[in-house]
Amino acid sequence: MTLATFLGADWQTLADAFGLGGIYALMAVGIGLVFGVLRLINFAYGQLVMAGAYSLAFAYERGWPVWVGILLCFGVVVALSIAMDWVVFRPLRTQSPAVMLVATFAIAFLLQSIALLWFGSLGKIAASLSSLNQPWTIGGVDVRKISIVSAAVAAGCLIVLVLLLGRTAVGLQMRAAALDFRTARLLGVRANRVIGSAVLLSGLLAATVAVLMTVQTPLVTPDFALRDTILVLAGVVLGGMNRLVSATLGGFAIGFAAGFLGGALPTNQSQYLPSFLFAAVILVLLVRPAGLFTRGSQQAVERV
Amino acid sequence: MTPALELDGLEVRYGAVHAVRGISLAVDRGEIVGLIGPNGAGKSSTLHAVMGAVSVAAGDVRLDGRTLVGRRPEDVARAGVALVPEGRRIFAELTVEENLRLGGASGRNGNLTAAYELFPAVYEARKRHAGALSGGQQQQLAIARALVADPQVLLLDEPSLGLAPQVVDVVFEALQEIRSSGLAILLVEQRAQRTVALADRSHVLANGRLRLTLGPQEAGDTDALVAAYFA
Repeated sequence: MTLATFLGADWQTLADAFGLGGIYALMAVGIGLVFGVLRLINFAYGQLVMAGAYSLAFAYERGWPVWVGILLCFGVVVALSIAMDWVVFRPLRTQSPAVMLVATFAIAFLLQSIALLWFGSLGKIAASLSSLNQPWTIGGVDVRKISIVSAAVAAGCLIVLVLLLGRTAVGLQMRAAALDFRTARLLGVRANRVIGSAVLLSGLLAATVAVLMTVQTPLVTPDFALRDTILVLAGVVLGGMNRLVSATLGGFAIGFAAGFLGGALPTNQSQYLPSFLFAAVILVLLVRPAGLFTRGSQQAVERV
Repeated sequence: MTPALELDGLEVRYGAVHAVRGISLAVDRGEIVGLIGPNGAGKSSTLHAVMGAVSVAAGDVRLDGRTLVGRRPEDVARAGVALVPEGRRIFAELTVEENLRLGGASGRNGNLTAAYELFPAVYEARKRHAGALSGGQQQQLAIARALVADPQVLLLDEPSLGLAPQVVDVVFEALQEIRSSGLAILLVEQRAQRTVALADRSHVLANGRLRLTLGPQEAGDTDALVAAYFA
């Protein structure tokens, strides 16, 4: 019996679930990296993805080559991430978590409003990579290319990230800062460099997510990726916020569940999906408040 | 000659609380200066002020004659001051070797060999998670980590706290060896008599002020110590 028949789903649904799980895992890492060093839940993360998607649509409308669109997407998202860090995160770094959370809410809605003013509510099309929606036939089974590409890109990004965090000096410093920022600074770890690196990496991940997401959802509206961000945040909390690995697993799990249920449920019942997912989130948090993928009791680390 | 570390009328305030009230002292190369006194005397605050982890309300802190006041902790570390913090503050979830490599985060040296030579126990445990080490090994790791940065000045905040007497011996012997390599050491301790015996001179701190300075020959003079503590 194969996994697909065991789960009562076809291969396409399973591949979709892996693809969406991969995308959500990348978003979870992006949110988790910044949380690690700043103790800040960046609610505006989805708007970075949105900005990237609009960049792709902008390039598509003008008929620019695909690589130019992707380059523009990365440029815009990374610039926006760094601007967020400089204008908001750094000045507010020593404030309470509530202040920082509200600040990221404000950024999220500000960016959304700007998108609405500039591009209107009808949305723009970013379809330069739509050929990835065509199927690949593997062993007689049709699977859409984007599902496999998403899962593969996510896996590749995660491997690079693991190497970066595990094998480089700045990676080690980022891990140390996430564990105990005060002591890390006393050892000479430059706070701004570590935070800047986390923000930069999280921006690169957001841009990657934007490229992958626009393939499946080419219509870019001001609320692009908003629902996904909320789901990923739930997944991150579900997995365990204090560890990058558990946060990533949480993101993957909720993406996989959303992708799987979205494909398995009959179309006329798919509107139940969010309520079902969030009911499951509440249930898990009641049973394991520290997170699904954490060991023992873990307390929030102090901020600097 | 300019001392390696010099505190000049140092004052620290936390809101209305006046934790350190005008301390002046100097530590030369190849010298251990002890800072002893009861809980809440201002010992840790003094070290944190040197590191830039708390702000200096008045006075000056100089490394090789250059002021450190107003600099961030990471910049003080990069200038050549290393702190072995109270409670060791090692990264329990990282390996021993990763902890040591973080000692090189100051960009000064990053060479682990000398630290391993001084603490063979740390070398033997280098692949293990630091959290799996005993308290004594963790303390040795914390000192080794500070030395990896190749500092000019070493600050220690109660390195013997919670350690068994034999382990305290190991730590104090290591401090002697570090001193002979030419570092300037400022040692904050609760174990007053041992500190007075080890240090080139020890200052007794109470209520944020220096009360008394003792030399190693006065380590047996319990009366003077007790009087200074309760002054």
